[in-house]
Amino acid sequence: MIALLSRDMRLAFRAGGGAMLALAFFASVAALVPLGIGPDLRLLARIAGGVLWIAAVLAGLLSLDRLFQADYEDGSLDLIALSPLPLEAVSFAKIVAHWLTTGLPLTLLSPVLALMYGVPVRGFLPLIASLLIGTPAVSAIGAVGASLTLSIRRGGLILPLIVLPLLAPAVIFGAGAVIGALDNLPNGALPLLAAFSFAALLLSPFAVAAAVRLNLGS
Amino acid sequence: MFAYANPKRFMDLSGPFVPWLATAAAILLVVGLYLAFTAPPDYQQGDTVRIMFIHVPAAWTAMMAYALMAFSAAIGLINRHPLADAAAKTAAPLGALFTALALVTGSLWGKPMWGAWWVWDARLTSFLLLLFLYLGYIALWNAIEDETRAARATAILAIVGAVNLPIIEFSVEWWSTLHQGESILRKGGPLIAPVFLWPLAAMALGYTLLFFTLWIVRIRTEILNRRLRALQMGAA
Repeated sequence: MIALLSRDMRLAFRAGGGAMLALAFFASVAALVPLGIGPDLRLLARIAGGVLWIAAVLAGLLSLDRLFQADYEDGSLDLIALSPLPLEAVSFAKIVAHWLTTGLPLTLLSPVLALMYGVPVRGFLPLIASLLIGTPAVSAIGAVGASLTLSIRRGGLILPLIVLPLLAPAVIFGAGAVIGALDNLPNGALPLLAAFSFAALLLSPFAVAAAVRLNLGS
Repeated sequence: MFAYANPKRFMDLSGPFVPWLATAAAILLVVGLYLAFTAPPDYQQGDTVRIMFIHVPAAWTAMMAYALMAFSAAIGLINRHPLADAAAKTAAPLGALFTALALVTGSLWGKPMWGAWWVWDARLTSFLLLLFLYLGYIALWNAIEDETRAARATAILAIVGAVNLPIIEFSVEWWSTLHQGESILRKGGPLIAPVFLWPLAAMALGYTLLFFTLWIVRIRTEILNRRLRALQMGAA
């Protein structure tokens, strides 16, 4: 499991792996929004949480196809499935690897972008915390979509349609935590987000494993 | 239940059943519409309250359709039963249609009542997400060529969606709500006057029977299509 995790991470960070590309995508979406909305810092500070959350979800989606697709195409997924490690554990390791290569770097980059959006200091901690807690859910639920669309040639188009509605709670609680902090209102968004994320991490490996088995035809 | 799950037996039994079901649905819808148009206008909402009679049952039917679809999908996944797969597959477009109907009638109602065609209210938003869930399910089914593989993949999606739907519902509720609260199935009895309750009940039952009529017809068509394909494959 650890070996699989480190293999996936090495693949992601090496040339063509896409971890850096997802991060660059995240930053460029975040840079494009002010160009469309206007440079009003007060407005930008208000919408920063929502914008960064949506950018994070999109960046996570963008990099999902490498979660199983490459392994499926070159046959290594068959070999991994044959190993004594249960597919559920494999799925969990792959989800964690995906998060470590997209969700975590995004979270680390987010304070810089929040600074550019003029988010006041009291909004920083909730933003970072919500991304840290919530992006694992993006990886986990995204993995369900990625494994279901594994054998479809144009799966890249169906994947967002499947995954985005399922991720609505993450976006709501994630952005809600930031807005709540800006308004100095106590709110339960972070615990709810943590619960959602935890449930997603716990349950989705089973769905992912079932879908991978199905696509390998076993 | 499983005794009737044989496609052949299903075809034999459901065939004569369909006209009766369709007639009952038609009568209920006509009676319901008549009652809806003869009910007095609401003291606050005026005549626009009549939209309720086509809006609320559509929303109920849309939710029931998702539950039935996920249930059929689960049966299909667990028992590998082709009839359950066909039932799940054919329920999705119907559910999407009723969801769209609820959204459109709700939008028409929202304009005079709330002053906007669309507001980002919890109930509206979660129904929009429900529509996307249906569309994603249909798209996934269409994208996978192999019939049994498509059935199993979409079943996983339907179950994941069914687990997630209450969470989406809750989160959207938490996010914002403007829509009125529950007024029919609540503790202490319905909050709605009987003169409105009866047409609503008739319409709700009529919609439900309409859904079942269309569902059975679609399942029958699906089974016939499969037979046709099998025969063509055999002949080729």
